[in-house]
Amino acid sequence: MGVKRYVATRAATMFGVLMITLLITISLVGSNMDTILKQGIVFQVRSEITENPSIAESFSSVDEFEGFIQNQIDQRTKILGLDEPWYSPQRIGLTMYKILFLDFGHATFLTSDSGSSDVKDIIFEKLPRTILLFTTATIIISVIGIFLGALSASKVGSVIDRITSSFAIISSSFPVWWIGMLMIFLFAFTYQIFPARATPDIPSSEPGYIVSLLYHMALPLITIVMIGFGSWAYLVRNFMVGIIQEDFIMAKRTIGIKQKKIIYSHALKNAAPPIVTILALSLSGSLGGAIITEAVFDWPGMGRLYFEAITVMDLPVIIGATYILTVFFLVSIFIADLLYGYFDPRVRTG
Amino acid sequence: MSSITPQEIKEEFLKSKIGIVGITILVILITTSIIAVITIPVETFQEWNNPANWISYPKVAIPIWVNLFMVEKIPEHRIFENPNIQTNSENEIFSSSHKFGMNFDYEFFPNDFIYVFSSEYSESVLMQIKVIRPDGIKLDLLSTSLPFSNTRTIHSERIFSTDESIKKNLLLQSEKFDFNLEKLSVEDIVFSQTKTNQPLKGNYIFSIDTFSVGTDIVNHESKLIIGGKAFGVMGTDELRRDLAIGLLWGTPLALFIGLVVSIASVIMGLLYGVYAGFKGKKTDEVMMRFNDVIYALPALPFLIILSVTISNSIFVLVGFLMIFGWVGIAKVARSMSLQIKTRGYVDAANMMGQKNSKIVLKHILPQLLPYAFASIAISVPAAITTEAGLSFLGLGDPSFPTWGHILHDANTFGAAARGLWWWIIPPGVMIAITGLAFVFIGNALDSIVNPKLKR
Repeated sequence: MGVKRYVATRAATMFGVLMITLLITISLVGSNMDTILKQGIVFQVRSEITENPSIAESFSSVDEFEGFIQNQIDQRTKILGLDEPWYSPQRIGLTMYKILFLDFGHATFLTSDSGSSDVKDIIFEKLPRTILLFTTATIIISVIGIFLGALSASKVGSVIDRITSSFAIISSSFPVWWIGMLMIFLFAFTYQIFPARATPDIPSSEPGYIVSLLYHMALPLITIVMIGFGSWAYLVRNFMVGIIQEDFIMAKRTIGIKQKKIIYSHALKNAAPPIVTILALSLSGSLGGAIITEAVFDWPGMGRLYFEAITVMDLPVIIGATYILTVFFLVSIFIADLLYGYFDPRVRTG
Repeated sequence: MSSITPQEIKEEFLKSKIGIVGITILVILITTSIIAVITIPVETFQEWNNPANWISYPKVAIPIWVNLFMVEKIPEHRIFENPNIQTNSENEIFSSSHKFGMNFDYEFFPNDFIYVFSSEYSESVLMQIKVIRPDGIKLDLLSTSLPFSNTRTIHSERIFSTDESIKKNLLLQSEKFDFNLEKLSVEDIVFSQTKTNQPLKGNYIFSIDTFSVGTDIVNHESKLIIGGKAFGVMGTDELRRDLAIGLLWGTPLALFIGLVVSIASVIMGLLYGVYAGFKGKKTDEVMMRFNDVIYALPALPFLIILSVTISNSIFVLVGFLMIFGWVGIAKVARSMSLQIKTRGYVDAANMMGQKNSKIVLKHILPQLLPYAFASIAISVPAAITTEAGLSFLGLGDPSFPTWGHILHDANTFGAAARGLWWWIIPPGVMIAITGLAFVFIGNALDSIVNPKLKR
């Protein structure tokens, strides 16, 4: 299998997954969405008539009037294509086509900070914040993790190795959001160092906004890093331990190359493929996990948007956010796959 | 991969310290679950969301054991259900006296006190409430008549210390105290020293006397509640619920979710992967592509949508968690079965004309069992934390509240901001301990199955 074919199959799979995800999402929320849209039309027609009393006066009988209203409702339903059930092929096709090009329609309840109810606007306002928080956290985690992992791999069985391993095991069984609650309890209320809500309290147009944002970001960032770096260090350690036992490292040692150089340049280089892959995966994985973490810290990103949308059943937002999350997830899996194939040629040819 | 016999695994496992620790914690958790299921009936637990069930309990009370570390003791919330009853009948007058004795030994006044009763009588009944204090002073709190009734009737009532007539009665006896009672609440007077308004420690006797003419009185319920700020082993929450019950019942629920999800997903993954690997060629290709699709679905958003749109029942949720659980295991099982397939004895069995199903079940699956056990143990914590996370978002099953659900309530009522640590810490610690037990067991098994990690 050549490189091109490898890339092509991966890309095709990813696109298939994206379509399947969309299809499942639409079929799960479709019927609810229809009901909500239809209610919206009825409400719209009724309110237009109450605003305009002359329409009501122009009818002689109640039946005629009701008939007119029903006619109006039916007409608008037809224009929007709601007369067909949501599972009809045309409608699903149309919806998917629209979503594919980021046309999610208008949110039912939620709005962006600037007041727009266009789902695209809302999402693209929240997305950078989530990326800011979780990318920063993932980078810090991976840097600490790689060095700590390499350090403990070079001294297997030492105190530092044992502390790292046990910290990794213990920290991975605590839910991040629970540690978040404790951190808020400790550092926002008992010792008032950080703000409890991570939403910056000044509008984004003011000059101090960036500083305020970073200050509010501190507590969630610390929490995510605290819980995350242990398992990273443990993973890196395990890869490294495997590599250090290989013959070429032994050979380098016998030539007399320093232990430090062997660990940090030769062994680490060889451990790179799995590490890079995991980095790509954890970047995207953190976006999904963001939902609960952001809800705890009240961080105004995608996760909280998703949570709010679920709470009020704002379906266009749910569909849009799911789509964007899936796209990010798939793109990073794709990149991880490609990187792995690049670093480890056996995958491509195997 | 060398084959390891179950005997060897057992021996190796007993040698590993963390494995033993894991098993110990697990045994403790299972014991807790059994105790919880036996001592607390499911019916009680299902009343978790029914406020009427918890009305006698205090709001956000701290656990009582905190008093062990406090110099100034916090008053305990106490419920006295078994009074000392004396009944008399003389010249057509029936009287009964309920006496509650209590030792008050705290530095703060109680919150309030409530007398809950339900009596069966006819015509009219007079009720008097008195308290005899440690310094010998007797205070008349209330004398009231129960509603008149021609026929025999059951009357239930709660008399609160905030009752205005109690306050009036106390004001009439203000000569017993050296300070002004006007602005004080009833419990601050009843439990106060006479010289200064400080709590008076010692034995108090509350006596409730009922008198009636011509008919006898049958008491169905007679309960005195002295409201305090400390209650139970784990305290209570904003809705007066005893957290100990929630935490205890959370254990079997968490174990159920974790074990069912991980065992089922591992079995599904094993069968799927082994079959794909064994069949090979087109079947393998198609099955692995399907596997890729499930693998690439973002799990948490989907779980959220599913629980919102389909059902949030705990049993359905277990099914949803399985959908996302088997994928990774299937991948590993496939590559392992690809290796085993090439071994001589599988070829031999094939040539002997054994059925495919028999080869898979008899020759390939047993080889994967050690790995299967390790992955069951390792995937339990993920299932538990995912469920806890969903419940924390408020998407869990409300009729079976889990630890995540308790934390959800804590978050909604702002427990962190109000410093209610006993509401936040125990559920999380329980989640973590349960997870740890399985991680320990999994790690111990893993280092036996993959000996490379040990060095």
